[in-house]
Amino acid sequence: MLPAGHDDPFAQFKVTFFEECAELLADMEQHLADLESGSYETETLHAIFRAVHSIKAGASAFSFARLVEFSHKFEFLLDELRDGKLAVEPDLVETLFRGFDVLSDLIGFSQNGEIVEGSYGQDALDQIERFLAGNGGAGNGSSKNGSAEDDQGLATVAAAASASVDAGEAAVEKDNSKHFRIEFTPHEAMYRHANEPLLIIRELKDLGRTETTIDISRLPSLQALEPEDAYFSWVFDLWTTHEREDIDEVFEFVIDDCDLTIVTLDSTDEVVSVDVSPCRVDADEDDGFGFFVDVSAVSAGTVSAIEVPKEEKPAAAAAESPAASPSPAVSVPAAPPAGSAQAGGSAASAVKAASIRVDVDRVDRLVNMVGELVITQSMLAQEIELGAQMSADRVGTGMDELSMHIRELQENVMSIRMQPVKSVFSRMPRIVRDVSKKLGKKVRLVTVGEDTEVDKTVIEELADPLTHMIRNSLDHGLETPDERREAGKAEEGTIRLSAEHRGGRIVIEIIDDGRGINREKVLSLAKEKGVISADAQLSDNEIDNLIFAPGFSTAEEVTDLSGRGVGMDVVRRNIQSLGGRVSVQSFPGKGTRFRLMLPLTLAVLDGMIVGVADQKYVVPINSIIETVRPPKKDVEMLVGGGSVIRIRGDYIRVLPISQVFGLEGGECDPSKGLVVLAETEGGRAVGLLVDALAGQQQVVIKSLETNFKAVEGIASATILGDGSVCFILDIDGLSKMKIPEEKLENRRVVAGKKQTNQNDNIAAGVAAE
Amino acid sequence: MGKRILAVDDSKTMRDMVSFTLKGAGYDVFVADDGVNALSALEGEEVDLIITDINMPNMNGIELVQKLRGNPRFRATPILILTTESDDNIKQQGRSAGATGWIVKPFVPEKLLKVVGKVCS
Repeated sequence: MLPAGHDDPFAQFKVTFFEECAELLADMEQHLADLESGSYETETLHAIFRAVHSIKAGASAFSFARLVEFSHKFEFLLDELRDGKLAVEPDLVETLFRGFDVLSDLIGFSQNGEIVEGSYGQDALDQIERFLAGNGGAGNGSSKNGSAEDDQGLATVAAAASASVDAGEAAVEKDNSKHFRIEFTPHEAMYRHANEPLLIIRELKDLGRTETTIDISRLPSLQALEPEDAYFSWVFDLWTTHEREDIDEVFEFVIDDCDLTIVTLDSTDEVVSVDVSPCRVDADEDDGFGFFVDVSAVSAGTVSAIEVPKEEKPAAAAAESPAASPSPAVSVPAAPPAGSAQAGGSAASAVKAASIRVDVDRVDRLVNMVGELVITQSMLAQEIELGAQMSADRVGTGMDELSMHIRELQENVMSIRMQPVKSVFSRMPRIVRDVSKKLGKKVRLVTVGEDTEVDKTVIEELADPLTHMIRNSLDHGLETPDERREAGKAEEGTIRLSAEHRGGRIVIEIIDDGRGINREKVLSLAKEKGVISADAQLSDNEIDNLIFAPGFSTAEEVTDLSGRGVGMDVVRRNIQSLGGRVSVQSFPGKGTRFRLMLPLTLAVLDGMIVGVADQKYVVPINSIIETVRPPKKDVEMLVGGGSVIRIRGDYIRVLPISQVFGLEGGECDPSKGLVVLAETEGGRAVGLLVDALAGQQQVVIKSLETNFKAVEGIASATILGDGSVCFILDIDGLSKMKIPEEKLENRRVVAGKKQTNQNDNIAAGVAAE
Repeated sequence: MGKRILAVDDSKTMRDMVSFTLKGAGYDVFVADDGVNALSALEGEEVDLIITDINMPNMNGIELVQKLRGNPRFRATPILILTTESDDNIKQQGRSAGATGWIVKPFVPEKLLKVVGKVCS
């Protein structure tokens, strides 16, 4: 089951770990926001603690030393917080946010295998230290102590493993074997903890030759016997080549619940070492599990019956047995292992998360559905077998059922990929908080419809555009408290972020109650930057949407908070690449509304199959407004190629698809073919002239870029029921394509050939997928 | 027949690592993500060993151990708690609640198997 040649048996769980981290971080961010707003419960504090705790545990399993180190400190602070030793106050919340940032970054670095600068996150650590120091200083000290232990734990885990394997082998009695006498008297509590003396005895026997004496003198008469009390004691003589540590290990879980005396005898049976137990010290750092006897402080020849204070132990042990390995005593500096561990983890963690968690309910529904399919299938098979008596009716019914079940199955399978937008929405309060603070604005974020579900791929791509738009609203949309007061508004501005399903798409709106878009400024800027011509006449709505135009982004925006130098044109491009649309509507003085419309999934598409010459193409149903055959009087042929048709007073450009792709024999006269009116991203309509509508169908999207290369006017490909490859038209791309009349004849031939080649190539590529 | 082990942890990573290691060694493993779900997973189930994390929502590991020890069915079932090095205090709480022993995270597979073998063989 292990990947061949891989050293780390747990490497395969890294993917799970990082997925889990992402979830924990999202939850944690939400909890932190709750903390800040004051609407939290004790459980919120516990949940934050658990998140960091889990991250730490996972990180140490994969030896992400820096992450372990940081989360350990952070956890300590959170522990104080949940125990009520620290109060939730603004400064502390600020520190928690800063800690959260560093934690997220360290996780990111670990995931990408990046090496972290030694000083990274130091400010957060300093802040944390300050709070711990302010809290009496005790926490500070032990947190440092703990950190050193952890580092040590990482460094010696491998050594401990090999040591323990050796210990597991039955000892061969050699001349240098030692003789131990072990007196073991269990207390009743030992049984209450479900420890079994027989297992202990068996383990002891594995260490070497034993002679066992059992003392049953305490055993009462049957009448007086309490079944759950302990009555036996044992004396073992053990000759073994193993060390004292291995014997201690056998008794590790029971040391508190028994009287245990271990005496080392030399060959002449003289006592050389006595250890009166219990000697209550935890020394488990070296071995990865519990010990109650301090193995490193008690070396051969030492008589030790005193309890060694825990805090002093590492130092004491270091002094006594510096070479003892594995020993918890040597404190390894954090930095060097940090670097190497990070580098070591890089190769395996380069794989990004590619699995999803699914509700058991959904899986159950799928299983049911498949069951139904099997039943229908066997019913059909039976009907066909009956042959002669086969009634077309019943087969027909069977087919109907079959298609119904398959449709349901498909819907359900698709729903597996659906996730609530919450994971993206939950990041926004943080952004609003940080940005508004920097800008000195008071902002309240209201989120609605977080449970609206959308395909996982869409969710992943949504975070960046959404973040940018929220920042934009904070920066440009909302006014400062003073300005708002003057305008007669409440000082606190509101941003409403909402999501809902509408017509098979998800609609996300960002509405602010700010000043709205300054159309004069936008218009003059657009003219200045040459985005539009100086004499252009635009409607209000068109002016508003200029902010999405490429090249419009202002210099101030680049240096501004977003600091990433991207403008709204990038947002629009991102959204469009997801097959979505973004628009803005401004109400001067009252606010601005951004609306994102996205497909629910990127995997399938509802398409209208259209016939053009001998080819078929798919037009996304979502973009189709209507299909018309315009009367001749409404068609105007253009000099530059193509034509326009008049519909309800509007002139709409018509692209003859056959000409665009250089196909022979396609209809070029709109009044003889069919014009599919489709909406472009800008909200304008464009007419696609086709020969026929061949039907509506859900198609599975196959990427052209992956299997071939991007082709102008084509969004992607699909495979039809008969196995042929079919292109899905890119409406927006098409609407921008120009076909100069004079080159048309040439194009036809050349492009026609090219087209055939492309088809073949794609067919090969898609089929090979 | 392999011994049956219930692994309880709110972290999927940990659950996966524990069950992967134990299954690889021939144990029969089932999992739960918190104390409450552990108790319902145990309804009508036989189990030879329970390994539980401490920090979990709804019902933490300490409460789970207490609940189990209060139930005659699980009085003699070994329970190991999964804990981190800094949890000395918690470890003691686990003991007084009735846990059999503990495993320190992070663990290497050999160590986990060894400790499991100690209390369940």
